[in-house]
Amino acid sequence: MARIFENLKQLYRYRVLIQSLVMRELKARYRGTVLGFLWSFFNPLLLMIVYTAVFGLIINPRDPAFESRPLIYALYLFCGILPWQWFASSTLESANVLMINGNLIKKILFPAEILPLVTVTSNMIHFFFGLPIVLVFIPILGKPLTPYVFLLPVVILVQYIFTLAFNLMISSLTVHFRDIKDILANWLTFWFFATPIIYPMTFGTIQNSAPLRLMLNLNPMTHIIQGYQYCLFYGEIFHWKRLGVTLLVSLALFAVGSMIFDRLRDSFAEEV
Amino acid sequence: MHAIEIDHVSRAYQKYSARHRFQTFKSALVKGDLFRALRPDELVTALDDVTLSVEKGQTYGVIGENGSGKSTLLKLVAGIAKPTQGEVRTQGKISALIELGAGFHPEITGRENIFINGIMLGLSRKEISAKFDEIVAFAELEEFIDAPVKTYSSGMYMRLGFAIAINVNPEILLIDEVLAVGDAAFVPKCLDRIDDFRRRQKTILFVSHDLTTVRKICDRVAWLKNGRVQMIGEPKRVADAYLQDVAEKQERSFERQQRGPAAAPSDQEERRENRWGKREIEITRVVLKTAAGEEKHVFAPEEGLLIEMDVVAHSPADDFAFGIGLFNSQGTCCYGTNTLLEDFEPVSIRGEGKVVCRVEKLNLVNGTYYLDVAVHKRDGYPFDYHRNLYSFLVSSKHKDVGIVRLTHRWSFSEGIDLKPPEG
Repeated sequence: MARIFENLKQLYRYRVLIQSLVMRELKARYRGTVLGFLWSFFNPLLLMIVYTAVFGLIINPRDPAFESRPLIYALYLFCGILPWQWFASSTLESANVLMINGNLIKKILFPAEILPLVTVTSNMIHFFFGLPIVLVFIPILGKPLTPYVFLLPVVILVQYIFTLAFNLMISSLTVHFRDIKDILANWLTFWFFATPIIYPMTFGTIQNSAPLRLMLNLNPMTHIIQGYQYCLFYGEIFHWKRLGVTLLVSLALFAVGSMIFDRLRDSFAEEV
Repeated sequence: MHAIEIDHVSRAYQKYSARHRFQTFKSALVKGDLFRALRPDELVTALDDVTLSVEKGQTYGVIGENGSGKSTLLKLVAGIAKPTQGEVRTQGKISALIELGAGFHPEITGRENIFINGIMLGLSRKEISAKFDEIVAFAELEEFIDAPVKTYSSGMYMRLGFAIAINVNPEILLIDEVLAVGDAAFVPKCLDRIDDFRRRQKTILFVSHDLTTVRKICDRVAWLKNGRVQMIGEPKRVADAYLQDVAEKQERSFERQQRGPAAAPSDQEERRENRWGKREIEITRVVLKTAAGEEKHVFAPEEGLLIEMDVVAHSPADDFAFGIGLFNSQGTCCYGTNTLLEDFEPVSIRGEGKVVCRVEKLNLVNGTYYLDVAVHKRDGYPFDYHRNLYSFLVSSKHKDVGIVRLTHRWSFSEGIDLKPPEG
């Protein structure tokens, strides 16, 4: 436990480096593209159009929550997909991040957990770029924008801790088990559908099936994503108890993740 | 006062067996030995009980062959790796010129990379801003600093890396071979900067193959062999001992290589390509010896060279000549002669015999040489011609260049004072 706090203190000392690396990551991502930073807005926008077309117009779920309007359903989708993408792309990138930066780990003295940390943080900033689109579309589609929007930072914090904890584990284990990367891609697809993103928890099939409800409730991402949906789509307060438990779970996972990372740290320089 | 103290340090690397290499997460989970799978099967010792201390202001050289543990030692001092046993103590800020430009991101500009790299090496933003112009000027990259690093040539890349690392202004500078890759104009500039460091009484740990530089700039040298300290002391003494060891090793490996073809080239292909003639007179064996008669493959010039050929004449003849030719690795003929050219008149040859060509002093510069031997008729008709079938190495203390070493002596008039070489 003491080791974890020591490591966190060290990370604080490296905050300037973390900040520069995040900046570098963001700058490098769209370097050489015509639209540059605008892609951060266009990507989610295009995604929203695709999802509206497929799920809203073609599948068109008739649920009272969506007022049977495809655009409202698209908005619901978007509230879940945007944070999910932050989680999923951070995780996929983290699986590779130690290997890609192998020459840094081998040649320069710095705490390696900076690398997954930078991945999670830069993906979060991307998520921030997509957020205004949601905020603009809520009033456009005639939904009320309530003061609960200001509770978003709480949800974001929980997701940040959870994602970082998970990614610390993934990044360090992938150094030794390269096939985690491949398992991960499939696992994330499953996880995506096991989280109420494209369907709401209020669906009859879910409400009538206790095992299904239990399974969804055991998934930490369920409560995080629902947090966003409550703050944005429903305009209500989230289940603070459930989110609180999720926070505790995330913190516990963070402790485990840090321990695994710390345990494997010395082997990175040789294995990457 | 010690700047670096390495106290009985050992470093073992984990070597995973082939089984582990193909270990997958899934199989580890299925077998339930996730944590066992993460344990190494075997340890490889890179450094074995190394003790040395570098005083403040000293320039300390570390020499040794590839894989002798030099770079591991440097990484331990830099703190990138941790010793398995023992302790490394350092005093003062360290900058490591281990891999120049490690961590440059290809997509962003040189300017941005300077900042990030500088921060990684422990500078603050302010310090980098203050030194920015100096770094760019030193790297000679004024025109390109706002271009993405991926457009840089490898030389530019290296210059920028060096310029940043040297401007970290450390108390202890670690240098690992980096100068080997610089271009001819940049290396002197770097050496200049290193000299400057020495003058300012900073500590330098210098790892290199380049014994000339080591001899020139180091105050003390350690020689590592197979992870152990073989010798510590005066640069010249240690470097000479090291050179001698290398020469002995070359000798041994040469012997291994030569054992086959020296007797008689057995490989059909090689025979057709590199040996020709009907062998009415045959050269059955060629041995290289020093003038003192010791069989060898690595020669010092003063040892001389004996080329001994065993010959058999399958039928008596009265028209024959023996010749030799020496070629360097570029294929240039350094020397060639035969008995006809030197006006020996062939009279008769019958049965077995021995021909010896004695070179009292081997006046060749350092390098690998190939030997042709032949026996042929007056008109050039070959009985047995061996083309480049034998090779040897010349290794001397002097690094003179060219094709041959002319016997010479320097003299200077009064007023020109040079200290003659020792020994």
